[in-house]
Amino acid sequence: MALQSGEKLPMFIGHVWSKQKRRWTLLGLRLLAFLAAAAATLVMVLNKQTKTFVVATIGTTPVNLTLTAKFHHTPAFVFFAIANGLVSIHNLVMIMVDLLGSKFDYKGFQLPMIASLDMLNLALVSGGANAAAFMAELGKNGNSHARWDKICDKFGAYCDRGAGALIASFLALALMLVISFLSILNLKLVNSSSHNSHNNIIALPN
Amino acid sequence: MAETKRIFTFLLRFIAFCTTLSAVIIMVSSRQRATVLVFSFEAKYSDTPAFKYFVIVNAIVSIYGFLVLFLPSKSLLWRLVVALDAVFTILLTSSISAALAIAYVGEKGNPIAGWLPICDQVTKYCNQVKGALIVGFISVVLYMLLFLYSLHTVLNPLLLDKS
Repeated sequence: MALQSGEKLPMFIGHVWSKQKRRWTLLGLRLLAFLAAAAATLVMVLNKQTKTFVVATIGTTPVNLTLTAKFHHTPAFVFFAIANGLVSIHNLVMIMVDLLGSKFDYKGFQLPMIASLDMLNLALVSGGANAAAFMAELGKNGNSHARWDKICDKFGAYCDRGAGALIASFLALALMLVISFLSILNLKLVNSSSHNSHNNIIALPN
Repeated sequence: MAETKRIFTFLLRFIAFCTTLSAVIIMVSSRQRATVLVFSFEAKYSDTPAFKYFVIVNAIVSIYGFLVLFLPSKSLLWRLVVALDAVFTILLTSSISAALAIAYVGEKGNPIAGWLPICDQVTKYCNQVKGALIVGFISVVLYMLLFLYSLHTVLNPLLLDKS
């Protein structure tokens, strides 16, 4: 049985990296991605800082103004929190499906569904992380053309925690990229355990 | 049937290329000079790194879209097109979300940070940026459709063709 030209590299990976090792690697990566995304969500949602400024002085008594910086003042951070929450839920569900769901497989639909959902969540977390990154850059540097002052020198702890959440989210993004790659590889290598290589799933467009 | 599929794909790719190119052009050509109190300033897209990122990503994607239009339909490079479609769709979604975040601050301001909205001073610039973002959003939707379609055509993930 001759292999097609597009099957040599995945077949090689399939021989070197057995099914069990792939499965446990994927599970470990999903656990890490779940932890990273959940950490990003939690740190962003609980991000709050209150600070009192002296605005003016009337006579000898200073006039204070108390400002609170919360994450929901900025819609980009709300989107960031929602996106990372959804990604962490997705990874949790996928872990459970992997551990418990080998009986539920409707017409071999499970593997393509997992690969598609992984790619969708990759797009989601990339959108959320990027929007929050640009908003954080605006808060850190300000924008002199629009006369927007930077706020990180006043709300330093808020900015630091936001930076931590962003780092966790970018880590989750990198992990989701590798997870998507592995899911697609699993989809391609589903035929490596079967004996007929005619039923391959790479077809050229007609 | 195959002929209509090919024409449909080519048309969709052409429209997606046009939308990314027009998003670049509209964003780059948006500038307005305004006078506030005594001094005048000019609002242009390169003031904000988010809009610069939007322009760069859409330029790269329009170059890619232009090159893919000339790919012959039986070439082996269509598998690379699937992978590149995935990468560029994700880049487009991240660029549009970043630009939307900054444009929201420009339109509504942020009272806690003391950032005033600038849209009422530079209305023409604001409207043009909004137009570029709408066109960019359409291009994101089109590229997602193209990615799903090329995934279905080149790879056969649902195992529909039992050949």
